[in-house]
This record gives sequence, structure tokens and C-alpha cells, in this order.
Amino acid sequence: MKESLYQYLLLLGDNAMILGHRLSELCGHGPSLETDIALTNISLDLFGQVRNYFQYAAEVKDDQEKTTEDKIAFLRYPHEYRNVLLVEQPNKDFAFVIARQFFFDAYHLLLLKELCKSKDEQINAIANKSIKEVKYHLRFSSEWLKRLGDGTAESHDKMQAAVNYLYPYVGELPSESPIEKEMKEAGIGPDLGVLRTAYFAQIKSTLAEATLETPQFFGFHSGGKKGVHSEHHGFILSNLQYMQRTYPEMEW
Amino acid sequence: MNSLEKNSDIAELLVQVSDPEIPVLSIMDMGVVREIERDGQAVLVKITPTYSGCPAMDTIATDIKITLDRAGYSTTVKQILAPAWTTDWITERGRKHLEEYGIAPPLDASADKSVLLDGARIVKCTNCGSTNTKMVSQFGSTACKALFQCNDCLEPFDYFKCLK
Ligand SMILES: [Zn+2]
Repeated sequence: MKESLYQYLLLLGDNAMILGHRLSELCGHGPSLETDIALTNISLDLFGQVRNYFQYAAEVKDDQEKTTEDKIAFLRYPHEYRNVLLVEQPNKDFAFVIARQFFFDAYHLLLLKELCKSKDEQINAIANKSIKEVKYHLRFSSEWLKRLGDGTAESHDKMQAAVNYLYPYVGELPSESPIEKEMKEAGIGPDLGVLRTAYFAQIKSTLAEATLETPQFFGFHSGGKKGVHSEHHGFILSNLQYMQRTYPEMEW
Repeated sequence: MNSLEKNSDIAELLVQVSDPEIPVLSIMDMGVVREIERDGQAVLVKITPTYSGCPAMDTIATDIKITLDRAGYSTTVKQILAPAWTTDWITERGRKHLEEYGIAPPLDASADKSVLLDGARIVKCTNCGSTNTKMVSQFGSTACKALFQCNDCLEPFDYFKCLK
């Protein structure tokens, strides 16, 4: 049970960490000052949430190796990361960044609503803290989704193209992995089956508001939760882990 | 009587510790100090972050320790997450200091929403006092602020956004 809880915390933290890293790559490269600041602020929130999950994970692990939050973040091998494929997709254009963010935020908020009722006291506390921040994230990404989708012909086309490209990745988020099943049975995590229905309904209604089509697609990509990642993931890790691998146990 | 009232002499010392990003705002007025426990000269201070990723928390913890150790205590600072911080915990004095500093204090959550949806204009310009203001961005210079601009005097200003 201890090991499962540890793995579950990685699963929760890794999504936030990899997406937070993707957003941090945009620092100084956003299409306008305001959106640049917004995206990096969202990145900062996600990293704060990651620290909370990983600090707790290190506590749960309580092993001989003296696992710390930094070791968890920086010294795992690619197959030990549990993030979904959606969040490792690279930044293309702004429409792409917004679509990826919206697909994640919509799921993230639904998940946190459930985790706010978790029987695990610390996950419960982290969720109740994070949910206030994630409401702002979803507001930001849905507003932009609508503004671009219902904007000019060009912004509409770019937004639709981004949605079409990323949609095959959304199914993995609410697909139950063995760890999530165990956590559901322990009253720690939610029933993803219920969440899945709510998630797809929300995607559909927000896309409709943005005058965008919901793609007809059912063969969703998956693998991230099991540690099977896309090629992009390795590049992220080589960047993320560089300092700790080159100067082991370095501190700021 | 809560633990802050019971240890009001220590709480009084902590009034001089401020948020490094908003120097006019004492951590006591910001509501991040949740509990103070004392056992002889040993003091345990429990603080809670405003935002999960607030980079000021480490500095605040160090400043608390320096301030109290200097007064002869042996201080430990612990971070807690529950209950989650809310802008409702900012004191009246804190709100006044924010406004004087040029940051509009948080209103209720509907204020954020109504400016977004072009509804009632209620956030007051910190420069001229006009409520004819608009939100430029939901995210400002730090996690806790949104960026506003006054339609009358044209001055841009920060608004401490609601977190509930
Ligand atoms: Zn003004």
C-alpha cells in the first residue's frame, strides 16, 4: 500500500512537473507580455504543487536511500515517470499551447474536486490548496480557446488544427491505471469512470462555445502512466536533469 | 483564545517580518502565520503559503527564524497546507497598507469575474480612485496579483486577486 501511494503521488506530480516545464520554456517567448507572464505564472503554480506532492512522496517512501523531493524530480529514469503523453507534447504555436492547457486544466479541475474529498489527509490538503489556483488556469485557457476559436478565420483554423492534433491524447487522462484503481478502492483517489464522462462533456461544450468541432476519435494514445513515453520525453529529461546528473547533489 | 493571541508577544515581534515581494505587508497582516506554540524558549511557528509555488515562503521562514532567535528564542518554522490560505485572512490594516502602496486590495470573487465578463466595474484605481478600470491580465507580476489599468488616468496598477 505504501509503494502504491508513492506511485500515485508520482502520477499526480509528474503531470504537473512536465507541463510546468513545457510552460517554463515559453518564458520570454510568449506572444505578448501578458500571456508570457500568465503562462509562467501557471508554470510556477504547477511547480509549487509538484513540490507538495514530491515532499509528501519522499515522506511516504521513508527509505534507506533517503529519498528527497529533488531526487524524485531529477534522478529517475524515463520509464519511472508517470506523466501522460499530452503534457510532454512540445510547444508549437500559441493555439497549440492553449489547446494543451485547456485539455489538461479541464481534467485537472475535475480531478482536484474529487481529491478534495480524499481519505488521505495530505492529498486532501494539497488538493484543497491547488484547486484555487487551477480555477484560474482553466479560466485563462478556456477564455483564450474561445477568443481564438471564435475570432478571425485564421485564428479559428489554427485553434481547430491544434485541437485536432492534441485530441488523440486526451483519452489517457481519465483512463484508469492499476494504481488508480487501487487508490479508488482505498478511498484515496476518484472513480475515473465517472470523471471521464464529465470530462468529455465539458470538452464538447467548451469547444462548441468556441465554435470548434470536437473530433470524432476513439483510438486514444496512451502509455505515459505506465512509463512508456514519446520521443519528446527524453529531451525534456536531458534538459531537466542536466544539473543534477553533472553535479550530483548540487544545491542552490 | 487562539495560539496567536496566547503568544501575542511573539506575534508582535513577527509584525516586523514582511513579504519580500510586498514589503509593506507584514506576514501577520497577510495571514500566513497560522499557529505559534511555545515551550519555554523553544518556539514553533506554523506558516501556510499564499500560492503553492510562492517563492517567498523560504525567505519568510528564514526571516521568522532570524527575528525570533535574535529575541532569544530557539525557533522552528513548519509549513502547513490545511486549511488553505484565502485572501479573507488579510487584515484590515493589511488591506490599507496594500492600497497605500499602490496595490488594489482583493474584493470578493465576483469582482474578478465581473471585470472579465464586462460586468460591474468595482476595482478602484490606486492612483486616482476611479472605479472606471479594466483588467489587462488575470496574471500579474507575481502569482497573487492581476494587472489592471485605469480608464480615466490611464495608470496601470496591480490588483491583489481573490483566492477563496
Ligand atoms: Zn486612475
